[in-house]
Formats: sequence, C-alpha cells, structure tokens
Amino acid sequence: MQTEHFYYDNKTVKRFAYAVLFWSIVGMLAGLWASISLFYPSINLGLPATSFGRMRPVHTNAVIFAFVGNGIFMGVYYSLQRLCKTRMYSNLLSSLHFWGWQLIIVVGAITLWAGKTSGKEYAELEWPLDIAIAVVWIIFGVNMFGTILKRREKHIYVAIWFYIATWVTVAMLHIVNSVELPVSMWKSYSWYAGVQDALVQWWYGHNAVAFFLTTPYLGLMYYFLPKAANRPIYSYRLSIIHFWALIFIYIWAGPHHLLYTALPDWAQSLGVVFSVMLIAPSWGGMLNGLFTLRGAWDRVREDPVLKFLVVAITCYGMATFEGPMLSLKNVNAISHFTDWTIAHVHIGALGWNGFLTFGILYWLIPRMWNTPLYSKKLAESHFWIGTIGIVLYAVPLYWAGFTQSMMWKNFTEEGQLRFQFLETVTHIIPMYVTRSIGGALYIIGALIMVYNLRKTIRQGHFTAQELAEAPALPAAETTHGRTYWHRWIERRPLQMLVFSLIAVAIGGLIEMIPTFLVKSNIPTISSVKPYTPLELHGRDIYVREGCYLCHSQMVRPFRDEVARYGEYSKAGEFVYDHPFQWGSKRTGPDLARVGGKYPDSWHYNHLLDPTSMSPGSIMPNYGWLFDTELDTLRTPGMIHAMQRLGVPYPAGYAAEANGDLARQEAAIRASLKGDKISTGANKEIVALIAYLQRLGKDIKAAPKEQTAIKDGGALMGN
Amino acid sequence: MKFIHYIEKVSGVSVYGIFSLTLFVLIFGVMLVWAIRADRKMIDEISKIPLD
Repeated sequence: MQTEHFYYDNKTVKRFAYAVLFWSIVGMLAGLWASISLFYPSINLGLPATSFGRMRPVHTNAVIFAFVGNGIFMGVYYSLQRLCKTRMYSNLLSSLHFWGWQLIIVVGAITLWAGKTSGKEYAELEWPLDIAIAVVWIIFGVNMFGTILKRREKHIYVAIWFYIATWVTVAMLHIVNSVELPVSMWKSYSWYAGVQDALVQWWYGHNAVAFFLTTPYLGLMYYFLPKAANRPIYSYRLSIIHFWALIFIYIWAGPHHLLYTALPDWAQSLGVVFSVMLIAPSWGGMLNGLFTLRGAWDRVREDPVLKFLVVAITCYGMATFEGPMLSLKNVNAISHFTDWTIAHVHIGALGWNGFLTFGILYWLIPRMWNTPLYSKKLAESHFWIGTIGIVLYAVPLYWAGFTQSMMWKNFTEEGQLRFQFLETVTHIIPMYVTRSIGGALYIIGALIMVYNLRKTIRQGHFTAQELAEAPALPAAETTHGRTYWHRWIERRPLQMLVFSLIAVAIGGLIEMIPTFLVKSNIPTISSVKPYTPLELHGRDIYVREGCYLCHSQMVRPFRDEVARYGEYSKAGEFVYDHPFQWGSKRTGPDLARVGGKYPDSWHYNHLLDPTSMSPGSIMPNYGWLFDTELDTLRTPGMIHAMQRLGVPYPAGYAAEANGDLARQEAAIRASLKGDKISTGANKEIVALIAYLQRLGKDIKAAPKEQTAIKDGGALMGN
Repeated sequence: MKFIHYIEKVSGVSVYGIFSLTLFVLIFGVMLVWAIRADRKMIDEISKIPLD
C-alpha cells in the first residue's frame, strides 16, 4: 500500500497555546480582583468598570471562553490531526478561527467592562458578539469535519466523538439561548420572559458546563492521558458507554439550578432524576482515566504531567459526585444561593479544567519545540502550589456556604429570625479572605508555569510543519468478525453528528416544550402589570451593573425566606421580565419584595454609600449613577421592543412613554426632597430607585383569594 | 410574535417523561450490548490509535 507524506500544522496549535497562557493569567487576575472586592469593596476605585457586578462576568467569560476555550482548540487542533492522520482541512479556516475567537474575547471584555450585557449568566455578551460567536463556531465546525472526512484512519477514535458532540451541542445551546431582540447596537432583550427565560438560561448554563467545560476536556483526556502514560486507555468499551450515556443524560439536568423556584415541579423533578443518573457515566469516565495508570503509579511520582492529569481527573470525579448531591432537593435547599456553589464550580474549573490544561501544556510544548522541559522542579512547584491553592480556595467557601445557610435558617425560641442578613455576611468575611489567598497561590503557580514554558520555548526550536506519513485509507474495508450498527456509525462522522444532535435535542425539547406551551404552567396574576418606562430604564441599569450577580429575586417557599423577605415568588409575577433576574447567588439579600420596604431616600443614600445605611455592608458605592443622565431618547425604542415581545402596552404608547417617565421621575424627586435630598433632573439613580420600589409590589395589590387559588398551580405546576 | 401562551394546552404532559426515559433505556441498552459484544481485536486496534 502506498505511503503518503504530509505535514501536521503545529503553527495553529502554537497560537492557541500562547492564547491559553495569556488568557489564563488575565482571567484568573479578574477573578482575584472580584474576590478581593467581596471583603474590600473600595478596590473598585469608585469606577463602574471595576465594580464586582462587571468584573465577575469578565472573570467568568475570560476563564470559560478565553482560557478553557483556547485550551479546547489547542488540544483539538493537535490531537485531531494525529487521530485522523491528516493535516487540518484548511489553513485559512484555522487562521480565521484563531483570530476570530481572540477578537470576540477582546471585544467581549471591553463591552462587559462597559456594562454592555444581556444579563444572562455565562451568556452575557450582547447580540453582535453572539452572532460573531456563531460564525466562528461554524468555521471551527467546517474545519473539523473537513479534517475528519479526509482522514487516513478508518476508525474514529472516541476523543473525536466527544469533539463532535461538543460542537453540535454548543451550537444548539448558543443559538437557542441567544434568541433576543436588539434595541440598539449593544443592547437587546431576551426573547423569553420569566420562568421560560429561566428554564432556557439554565438549560444553557448547565450544558455550557457539560459541553464546553466537560465533554471537550474528556476528549482531550482520552487522547493526552494515553499519550502521556504511553499506554492505551484502560477500557475502550467503557469509553463508548461513557460517551453515549453522558451526552444523553447531561442535557436533561439543567432544571436542578432552579429547585424550589417558581419553575413547574415536574420540570424540577426531571432535572433531579437525570442529575442523579449522571453520576454513573461521570464516574465511569473518571475510573477509566485513573485505571489507565494501573501499574504505572511509580511514573506518576516522577512525571509532573501525569501528576497534573491525575489530580484533574480526581477533581472531575469529586465535582461530578458533588453535582448530583447538590441536585437533591434537600441538599439544594441548604446549598443554593450560597458560596457552596462557588466552591463546587471551582473544583471543576481549577482542578479539572485548569490542571488538565496545565498537564497538556507541559506535555505539548516540549514536543513541539523539540526540547525537554526547562525545569521539572519548577513544574513540581507549580503542581504543589496549585494544589494547595485549590484546597485553600475551596474549603473556606464550603464552610462559608454551609455556615451562612444555617444562619439564614436559624430562628429564636420566640420564632423570630435570629440573624440579620448582614450579620450572616460579615460572619463569613474571614473565609472570603482565605479564598482569595488560595486563588492568589493558584495564580502564582500559573505564573511559574508561564516562566517555565517560556524558558523551554527559548531553548528549543519550533517545528511549524511536522512531517508525517501514513498509508492512504483503503477503499475496501477489512472486517473483524460480525458487524454491528455501532461499527457502522463509529466510522461515519456526519451520521455521528446527526445522532448526537438527536440525543441532545430530544432532551432539550422535552424539557422545554411543555413549559412553553401549557398555559397552566404560567398562571397569570391579574394585578401583575408591565413596568413603567422609568422602571424599565431602572431595570436596564440593574442589569448593566450586574446587580443580579449578588442579589436574587426569587423567594423560595421556606419558612425563613418567607419570614425574611415576604410571600414566596409565583411564576406569574415574572411574565414581563425580559430577561429574568432571579439570580443564582445571595451575597446580598433577596430583592424580590424590596419594593416599598424602605423610603426612596434610603435607597438614595444606600446606593451612594451602602455603609451609611447598613454598617459593615460589602456592597460597592454606585457614585456614577448620581451624575449620569438617563437616555430618554431610548424610551420609545424600548417600549416598541417590549411590545414586540408581547408585553401589553397600549397601542401608540411609545410616543407617550416619556411623558409618564417625566411624571414618575418628578414624583420620586419630590419624595426625596421631602427627606431633604435634592437631585438633578433625569439622573439614572432615580430610575433605579423607581425599579427597586416596584419589585414585588404587584402581588401585594392582588386580592388575597386570587393568589391563594393560583398558589397550587404556580408553585408546584399542578 | 408572542411566546406567552402560544398554545393554550397540551394534553398528557406525563408522556414526555415516559417517552424520554424509554428512549434513554433503549439507546443505552443497545449500546451496552454492542460494547460488550464488540470484537476484541477491533477494540484493541482502535484503542491504540493515539499511540501510533
């Protein structure tokens, strides 16, 4: 058989590797900054861009899409060529993919700092960037499938299945969750509202974890672990079971982010069942990875690459054990809205994604630069500093989460809440400090790696085009025993794509269709009315400043929450919320019923200097809201957009909206004047006060019997 | 253009759950049988691809 000669493209892999190194440091520093602002709020220097509400999305987006994203592409571009024994399909597409992705990251960071956000966690980037992401993702897909189709290896190795499933699912998630109506260049409203928006968002959010942070990295594990250990994966059969079970089950688990919320109960239960089932394939994969090293543990002691991989896989096992546990309603009742969740995701992010990426970099760079690693000792130091960093990061946050939840739920013998919300916050500040120390250690470790790899690169010489040879793929196939359907499919990438899409789409559709279609799932409450124009502006400011990152708007039906915040939330309250603002973390108290709780002047003073109203508060000052003028030219466009989304403003209201806005604004200014506060005309602060004062008020106006009747249907979806 | 209450009712929501679980068990079962019965030589061959 004729042997063909060809070249692997290492240049694109090198570019992605540099991008990984660069963005890892940027993303982690943003995280460190955000974490410090939780115990030292003035680190934001009084600037809007550096306040927690904007730094946190910069951190999450940078770490997920820039650090891990480039890590995926680095690993895929290296392994795919070798698994297919062919060069990448197109140099041009590789280049467009690389530069397109970096451009999205840079523009994304700038727009997030500027407060341009759609207000949906992990999908904050605004609509022009959503389109750009879709385009670059398609370029990646074409390049990947082109490569698979021109391969010289007849079998498609399991790592490639994971890449295919990743590509198709992320495309689906991104497109469905990003359906939004643009109102201006950098502002859009989610097409969905309230409960439906929440369900779509967490279907996306959970599966972003599954198909951006997990499946591609499992593909990398199935390639780089055998490479680094120089032995095949423990059980290839198990990897097949791992793959199909994982992608089929993962897609259903999203609603576990919404337990005890106003989401219909059947959807919550479905999420719990599938989340618990997830432990089986996840642990199957973890054990498959660890057993690959059976009989080679002596090498783990000496090889930093294997050390990083082992800890990464172990962290994967821990996080995927914890995930199903956190999905149980009784555990979730304690953990949700607390730092427990933050600790959980960082076991995944720092341990699984971070350490696997570091392991791959330590393996890849010496190979591509034809030189041994500059210093094994420094790599060892990185390993230990990073590991201690993870422990110091996670343990205090587990402690903080559990402690705070217990304090929230604590009642005195007389039946009163024992702790003010603020007391539960100040109590855990030492844990926040320790967490930042852990995070800083982790970054120091990463910096040591950057230095070590830079030295390695300096001492080696890079092979941009790596010569390889392989026989051409024969037209006639040799058979091994009987043929089965799976053998048919595992050689056909396009069929694989279709089957993966069906597996993930069915889960998504069955979860969402009933919530979208059944009227009884979203009972209407007649007293719930659309926001006034001024409140709508205030809501935009609330979204822009990322208030939802620290304040929930979802009172769960627990004794302590009803006692602390008021009546629990009903699905019908959110029908005009584009996007929903339920939040996922309570660094500050819930705001679902804050309307009318305090006078306007309290909010004014609190936003100017939170500690003046709540001594010890860790909320930043929002000084710029007092100077910035409200852009009332936007008002008609906003009303039009809301009307298109189905919010029942009267016909022609867009033209009158600014008149109503001015009247409500004057009323609030007059009320502030009554408390000896004079504020200039048309300031943003007044709009935000108007929005906050509206929250939760509508349901209080409803006749008692009406809400009582609706309760059963709204809460439990019966 | 409205998504709210697009269709008034869907009868038998429980069908969705039963259908999904059945489908999962079916796919999982077939795949499990294949994985267990698959030819050993072929499995060995595929699992060595990364090491070539």
